[in-house]
Amino acid sequence: MTKLNINGKPYDIDLPADTPLLWVLRDELGFTGTKFGCGMALCGACTVHIDGQPGRACVTPISSLANKKVVTIEAIGADKVGKAVQTAWIDMGVPQCGYCQAGQIMSATALLKQKPKPTDADIEAAMAGNICRCGTYGRIRAAIKQAAGEKGATA
Amino acid sequence: MNAPFHLTRMMAADTTSTDTPLVIANVSRRKFLQASALGGLVLAVGLPASLRAEGPPKYGADGMPHGWIDSPLVFVAIGEDGIVSIVCHRSEMGQGVRTGMPMIVADELEADWSRVRVVQATGDEARFGNQDTDGSRSTRHFFMPMRRCGAAARQMLEAAAAASWKVPVGEVQAKNSEVVHTSTGRRLGYGALAKAAASMPLPVSDSIRLKDPSQFRYIGTGKLKLLDAQDIATGNAQYGMDTRLPGMLYAVVARPQVYGGKVVSYDPAAALKVSGVVRVVQIDATPGAPQFNPLGGVAVIARNTWAAMQGRNALKIVWDDGPNASYDSVAYKATLEEAARKPGKVVRDDGNFTTAAASAAKRITAEYYLPHLAHASMEPPAASARIADGKCEVWGCFQSPQAARDLVAKRLEMPVENVTVNVTLLGGGFGRKSKPDYGIEAAVLSKAMDGKPVKVVWTRDDDLHNDYFHTVSVEHMEAGVDAKGLPVAWLHRSVAPTIVSTFDAEAKQEANWELGMGVINVPFAIPNIRIENPEAIAHTRIGWFRSVSNIPHAFAVQSFVAELAAAAGRDPKDFLLEVIGPARVVNPQMLADTWNHGESPERYPVDTGRLRGVAELAAKEAGWGRTMPKGSGLGIAAHYSFVSYVAAVVEVVVNAKGEVTIPRVDIAIDCGATVNPDRVRAQMQGACVMGVSAATLGEISFKGGRAQQDNFHQYEVTRMPGAPREIRVHIVPGDYSKPLGGVGEPGVPPVPPALCNAIFVATGKRIRQLPIRDQLKA
Repeated sequence: MTKLNINGKPYDIDLPADTPLLWVLRDELGFTGTKFGCGMALCGACTVHIDGQPGRACVTPISSLANKKVVTIEAIGADKVGKAVQTAWIDMGVPQCGYCQAGQIMSATALLKQKPKPTDADIEAAMAGNICRCGTYGRIRAAIKQAAGEKGATA
Repeated sequence: MNAPFHLTRMMAADTTSTDTPLVIANVSRRKFLQASALGGLVLAVGLPASLRAEGPPKYGADGMPHGWIDSPLVFVAIGEDGIVSIVCHRSEMGQGVRTGMPMIVADELEADWSRVRVVQATGDEARFGNQDTDGSRSTRHFFMPMRRCGAAARQMLEAAAAASWKVPVGEVQAKNSEVVHTSTGRRLGYGALAKAAASMPLPVSDSIRLKDPSQFRYIGTGKLKLLDAQDIATGNAQYGMDTRLPGMLYAVVARPQVYGGKVVSYDPAAALKVSGVVRVVQIDATPGAPQFNPLGGVAVIARNTWAAMQGRNALKIVWDDGPNASYDSVAYKATLEEAARKPGKVVRDDGNFTTAAASAAKRITAEYYLPHLAHASMEPPAASARIADGKCEVWGCFQSPQAARDLVAKRLEMPVENVTVNVTLLGGGFGRKSKPDYGIEAAVLSKAMDGKPVKVVWTRDDDLHNDYFHTVSVEHMEAGVDAKGLPVAWLHRSVAPTIVSTFDAEAKQEANWELGMGVINVPFAIPNIRIENPEAIAHTRIGWFRSVSNIPHAFAVQSFVAELAAAAGRDPKDFLLEVIGPARVVNPQMLADTWNHGESPERYPVDTGRLRGVAELAAKEAGWGRTMPKGSGLGIAAHYSFVSYVAAVVEVVVNAKGEVTIPRVDIAIDCGATVNPDRVRAQMQGACVMGVSAATLGEISFKGGRAQQDNFHQYEVTRMPGAPREIRVHIVPGDYSKPLGGVGEPGVPPVPPALCNAIFVATGKRIRQLPIRDQLKA
């Protein structure tokens, strides 16, 4: 039995300790907002926050999460920065298919919590691990700037 | 809350009802559609009727399986609470169709968008019209039917209000979910009118009053937010991968890694020992060409996806790789080149290329290569199915839910009406998800588990190893130029395994709809043009990829024009315009294009003025001719596809290490009038990134018959740092009285050649083989 703390709630998980967090979230607990894209930490679709740091749920075994707090896309709106990022995403019309956007929003939120006024280089460094096959990168960049309070950010 | 009272007697998306809805439809067309539906040719899916049927050609939506439906009884339901439900019958994969299509209905209906709900249709083309969301067709085929649908519903509401006030219908007007009696100011909301409106006669087609476009409330304004943006941003949007059903089991499948391979034997023992694994089941391969059927293999069914993946790793399978085990991309490129250097089937022959080339001042030859590409949508294919009481219900990310329904029914030997296909959001499609093989896998596995719900999950390596790959091609170009360097003779030999091979294993020539994607139908002012198509044999499963054969064709044609410009010492933009020639309207049949994207040659001629127009617009907006620093340059390309015109000017910087960055792209589109200009911009932006990805990084290569790329570390796609820093989209204003063009795909083809043309300006190096990867590295 592995004890997890997801979005502020405790869960007891009866699965092998090497099971990645992603599949516990999606298949066991129904937090399907965290997406499967590659299974090798290459695409960022499964990005969650682990003690406030962005992490890839697809390669994070649940055994590594004792006493850690996991936050997923479903709860990030309770955070002021997370909410601002979500709002900017909607205002800017960032999503196309939307599948990668939960991961993008989690990465962007983590960036802004660490660097409230990121430079373009900061944005590229923080977001390079998140693939968007629809190609929404320009709007992602603009939405991050809007969430950071930059005036006149355009897509 | 009151239960919604529907204009029709049932909820539009409830296919369990046996009621037959009233539909407005042309009788002869429906007869034809019934006949074609019985044909059972899977190839028919996605192909216009003009290619499938005898008799006079049918174009546009009329030419598609099941055509169009425009009845509000099918698409609109209004609750007594005033909530207007509008059915979206096309699949959402990022193009914004779930916003755009209902927006058209809501506009003509004068519905308050804040009180509109969108209901996704199940796969049921007899009821909704064609649902194959492919070919950049949704808006261009359904703009008018959806307008008529909304207007007819509006007229029924107006008639109901007029009857209730006992005034002539001409005295009332619908506005923003209310009907107003103009002279007295009396008003009734749509909720109050819904029940009475449902009993009003359905307006016949010639009495439907469409709005004047100046009165559009939503269409063309770009004011509405994306319908699903809130759900997407909060993690609540539901994709094929996200279906959860009580008691659900999860499956992954070990499929043959070589095209045509088969399971000889397998040992499930180790897999069954993996914690959580429930059962191991063989899926039979389908004999003959793959079509949209499962490839076969061995499935591991488990209590969660991870356990199924671990179980699959433990399987021991003996494969017979079959006849394609020697497929090798290096050797195959040489095979294609050999074919491209010999004459092939002549598919267009204007004037006399041979004599004109022989007497030309100079001859120039070049060959271009584009490898296989994988779609790699961020959501790998996924579908769920359960079977109970002789009925099968499927959920999945399908571009063509009717194809999924037909093929599940066939595989389970069940009447089609007993199969329901629910369409989730698609986490990207790009053409991959128009082939519902994964839906059939889910149904087969549910059946094997006595009908329990089973979700089939494709992993990324499954997606990259067993895609319906974009073809691989060599484009051989020859020109004879006059003393000024202008081409007087043009030869294009296009060699590529055809998509038809996926349906007919013997097919070796490109179909007219592949040739009609920018090779046969070049609208150039060149008197002697010969287009040839030598044979090529497919050794893997080939399929549609966003913009399809336009990618290699535009890459070759638009690169070659720039090469001719360079040889002539001319400005590439001016030279391109001169090769296109003066503005003129050309019947595509005069270009030997019998396909024309399934559209009427009269309604959709090739207009070289529009092609010139986008080239000139993109060039002007990009500041064409401005002085560029050393190591940087601008490149231009213009291409006609999906009956739209797109030109791109790419600005590139190549540093001393040979690394490419793209500060800016200016892309201009003339697709006629637009419904949702913000989504047109988004599609152009996305197309630029996908075009850059294909040009700089994209390659699936085969060795020993196997795709060599397992995941995104090997099949690289463009990430934020490699994407254009700025993409400026320029939309040519259109006229709503004229036919609309496609948007989802036509942005892609001009991007790779514009990029390579810019690189030539920046470095003097001509890229003739994609991807660029390390070709510029010092």
